[in-house]
Amino acid sequence: MKRAILRMVLGFLLAFAGLAAAQAIDPLPFKDHAQEVRFQNLTRQLRCLVCQNENLADSNADLARDLRHEVFGLMQQGRSDDQIKQYLVDRYSDFVLYDPPVKPSTWLLWFGPGLFLLLGAAVVLVTIRKRGRATRIDSRLVDNATIEQGDDW
Amino acid sequence: MTRSLPLVGFLLLVALFGFGIWWNSRHDPREVPSPLIGKAAPAFVLPHLEDAGQTLSKTSMLGKPYLVNVFASWCIACGDEHPVLMAYAHKLGVPLIGYDYKDEPADAKAWLAQHGNPYDLVIADREGRTAIDFGVYGAPESFLIDAKGVIRYKHIGPFTPDVIERELRPLIARLKQEAP
Amino acid sequence: MTPELGQFALILAMLLALAQGVLPLVGAWRGNRALMATARPAAAGQAVFVAIAFGLLVWAFLRFDFSVQYVADNSNLALPWYYRIAAVWGAHEGSMLLWVLILNVWTVALAGFSRRLPEEFLARVLGVLGIVAVGFLAFIVFTSNPFARLLPMPPDGGDLNPVLQDPGMTFHPPVLYMGYVGFSVAFAFSIAALLGGALEQGWVRWARPWTNAAWAFLTCGIVAGSWWAYAELGWGGWWFWDPVENASFMPWLVGVALIHAQAVTEKRGSLRAWTILLSIFAFSLSLLGTFLVRSGVLTSVHAFASDPRRGLYILAFLAIVIGGSLLLYALRAPKVAGGKAFGLLSRETVILIANLMFTVAAAMVLLGTLFPLIGDALHLGKISVGPPYFGFLFPLLMLPVVLLLPFGPFLRWGKSEPAPLKSVLLRVVIAAVACAIVAAFFVAGQARAIAGVAAAVWCAVGTLLYVYKRWREMPRGRRYPAEMAGMLLAHFGVGVFLVGVLLSESLSVTRDVRMAPGDTQPVGAYTFRFDGVHATRGPNWHAEQGTVTVLRDGRQLGVMHPQKRTYPRGQVQTESAIDPGVTRDLYVALGEPMDPNNLEGAWALRLYAKPFVRWIWAGGLFMMLGGFVAGADKRFRAKRAAVAAAAVEPALPAAEPRA
Repeated sequence: MKRAILRMVLGFLLAFAGLAAAQAIDPLPFKDHAQEVRFQNLTRQLRCLVCQNENLADSNADLARDLRHEVFGLMQQGRSDDQIKQYLVDRYSDFVLYDPPVKPSTWLLWFGPGLFLLLGAAVVLVTIRKRGRATRIDSRLVDNATIEQGDDW
Repeated sequence: MTRSLPLVGFLLLVALFGFGIWWNSRHDPREVPSPLIGKAAPAFVLPHLEDAGQTLSKTSMLGKPYLVNVFASWCIACGDEHPVLMAYAHKLGVPLIGYDYKDEPADAKAWLAQHGNPYDLVIADREGRTAIDFGVYGAPESFLIDAKGVIRYKHIGPFTPDVIERELRPLIARLKQEAP
Repeated sequence: MTPELGQFALILAMLLALAQGVLPLVGAWRGNRALMATARPAAAGQAVFVAIAFGLLVWAFLRFDFSVQYVADNSNLALPWYYRIAAVWGAHEGSMLLWVLILNVWTVALAGFSRRLPEEFLARVLGVLGIVAVGFLAFIVFTSNPFARLLPMPPDGGDLNPVLQDPGMTFHPPVLYMGYVGFSVAFAFSIAALLGGALEQGWVRWARPWTNAAWAFLTCGIVAGSWWAYAELGWGGWWFWDPVENASFMPWLVGVALIHAQAVTEKRGSLRAWTILLSIFAFSLSLLGTFLVRSGVLTSVHAFASDPRRGLYILAFLAIVIGGSLLLYALRAPKVAGGKAFGLLSRETVILIANLMFTVAAAMVLLGTLFPLIGDALHLGKISVGPPYFGFLFPLLMLPVVLLLPFGPFLRWGKSEPAPLKSVLLRVVIAAVACAIVAAFFVAGQARAIAGVAAAVWCAVGTLLYVYKRWREMPRGRRYPAEMAGMLLAHFGVGVFLVGVLLSESLSVTRDVRMAPGDTQPVGAYTFRFDGVHATRGPNWHAEQGTVTVLRDGRQLGVMHPQKRTYPRGQVQTESAIDPGVTRDLYVALGEPMDPNNLEGAWALRLYAKPFVRWIWAGGLFMMLGGFVAGADKRFRAKRAAVAAAAVEPALPAAEPRA
């Protein structure tokens, strides 16, 4: 019971800690603006582990700052974005990626919407075809009605 | 038939939410399982807290299982965990290495002097660089490393007597059997 | 004593809601007019008591009654009065009370404006709304009492979360709830239609203005929320695909589909079952949003305090209301496709395709939002789903909608000729390609920016072509009925929105820099000069305020004052400075001093130049305006006079002749 209360209080604090924190402004000595842009794009796709739901670029958490500097350091060593992502995944699991990799455990996530779309499209097609056949019989009636109104609205 | 599909879909959702409430009442949603379990612990060389001239490395610890406990003087939950460690440190049967995480050495020393020191040895990672290799994202966290230097178990958050009895000690017993 | 009065008022309101939820439905079922007649007074009484409770809570905040736990938690002596009022909905309990208050506003408005609806139908509609109100009032009374006492009374309270101390946040929740809760009307209409059976097909026409208004409010609420995130959270972003945002976005997407489906059903009689289902979905997703935000099952930036007990209660309530509705749908939905036939090339077809895309998009957002939970349930490991996922799939799903948008108005109901469409196609293609080529010179070959210009011109020119056609062909006074004007405004808004999104996303420049007083930094075509920091204070905060001068080509454009505020409880809040403009926003946020002991020295600053970012919200406001204008069409009101006739008259053939 005490634990449950503690968890509740903790949950409460955390919920707001995420918001109340000031933003992360972290000047780093980039080689050029292109590298800065690359860094911003990469850190936006990485999740801050200790925050409620924030990316590395925006989080002011201590760990986020450390990891940002780690990413920066790896970038200076000439590692590619994919290598840097893999470096973090090796240590912190896929949870750090806001862009979940396509693999059997995420097939539902990535292909589910396509499946919905196919099923829905099939229903729409059947509906249109069914109604289209009826149109040939009804077309004069429909057009007449439109003309009578004088306004196809 | 098709007209009951939305209902079926919704019932699945309700089941999922019911699961979510149940799951979140027993798991900290911020707990991220480590991908390092079953993998070789990262190589590390870190200075002792008491004497920065001396270091401890992974190679020097090979051959026997040990428990690494990540703590810091700024970490409030570590204060909750501390009495548990004080009580159990000597009953574990493996060395307990304190890993002082992102801390001022003076603060850590004062903290240990005030609350007592359960550790066989304390190493200090002021910048937290090595901690990233361990996938540490907060304190307290604990790693059980076997004689071959493989991470076998990670506990996130404070140890409780219950967790130690239920999870840690049986595993330590097994590791000691493995190691001749 | 007043807090207890508030609680008492809530309990009375709950009992009246119970009466409103049961008696009229029984009356409609049994044909008992006396029971049906209880709906209106019960609704009015409930509204009065909820308003009393809400007023008492406002009163408690205004007079610093810290003996009320909720007041003590969310306000203090230094908080200005306007934020004390906003604090009423600043946390869980009060925001639920606001939810119920708004439900009552909609219910009373409906009861007032619908005197001409058939008696039985109105009784059912109000009954359904009563049941929803019972659920929420019981939730407040039993799990989330805003009037709970705190004894002994503390001398001063806590604080309203500083990020909520912003005009945008004062405004955002009430408007958003107007939208969420507004969908309850369309929902109640469709449930009443299901209960009533085949005779009452006219319900869609009565529901349309309500749906349009609710959707417009929701649009406005989302725009306000997005604006608040941009200006107040200090990240310069306007949409994060956070579960809480998704929770408001899903009903919005379904709402778009619903508005269009309602038009088809009302005018042509087709898609009747689909319209009913969408009405249920739109409101269900609104309820689901409430659940997601408050149950703690998902990790979000701005979730409310989570409490499994509350989560369980809402879940049970959802299961009853949504499950019951869908069961009713499964049993009673019209089984035979009715309405007038339509061909492949018809307005019905494109609306159907758009409906499909919006529904799939909403399903995609739901799947992405819930997938981490599914991952837990199926032991797939902990997975994050964020902007890269949604930002990739959503534009793909919306592409067909954008492509079809210019043709919708030109297509005729039932059956269209291809010739006029070809000429429209030719013109929008020429316009889009020409503008894209011109834009390519300005945006340094950024593909996304060029696509943004082309897509925006595609939508806007397509819409304007139709405006021109009506202007030329129709006599004055009949050119733009409100319903059509609303549609045109909203479609035009899509174009404006696309400019904002694609240009600001591709052309924005962000830089985190270290600046000592006197330093300058280039950001895109602009130069920012840092002129130092001085101390300042407000009603309940003190701050370090930076001075930043912006120059372009040596000419001074403006002076900006980003702040770092500290509130009484020690919370630090970044207050960014924004220099707004039609074609660009300049944005500065103040970070930390590089040396904490030397405030006169160098500071970390974040500088942005964001081209066309304002067009995002401008586009949203066009859509909102479209919703309100369309909903205000006289046609809906005039027809209502003849509603009794319409309800009986078999205007729509119940079943089409089989081919």
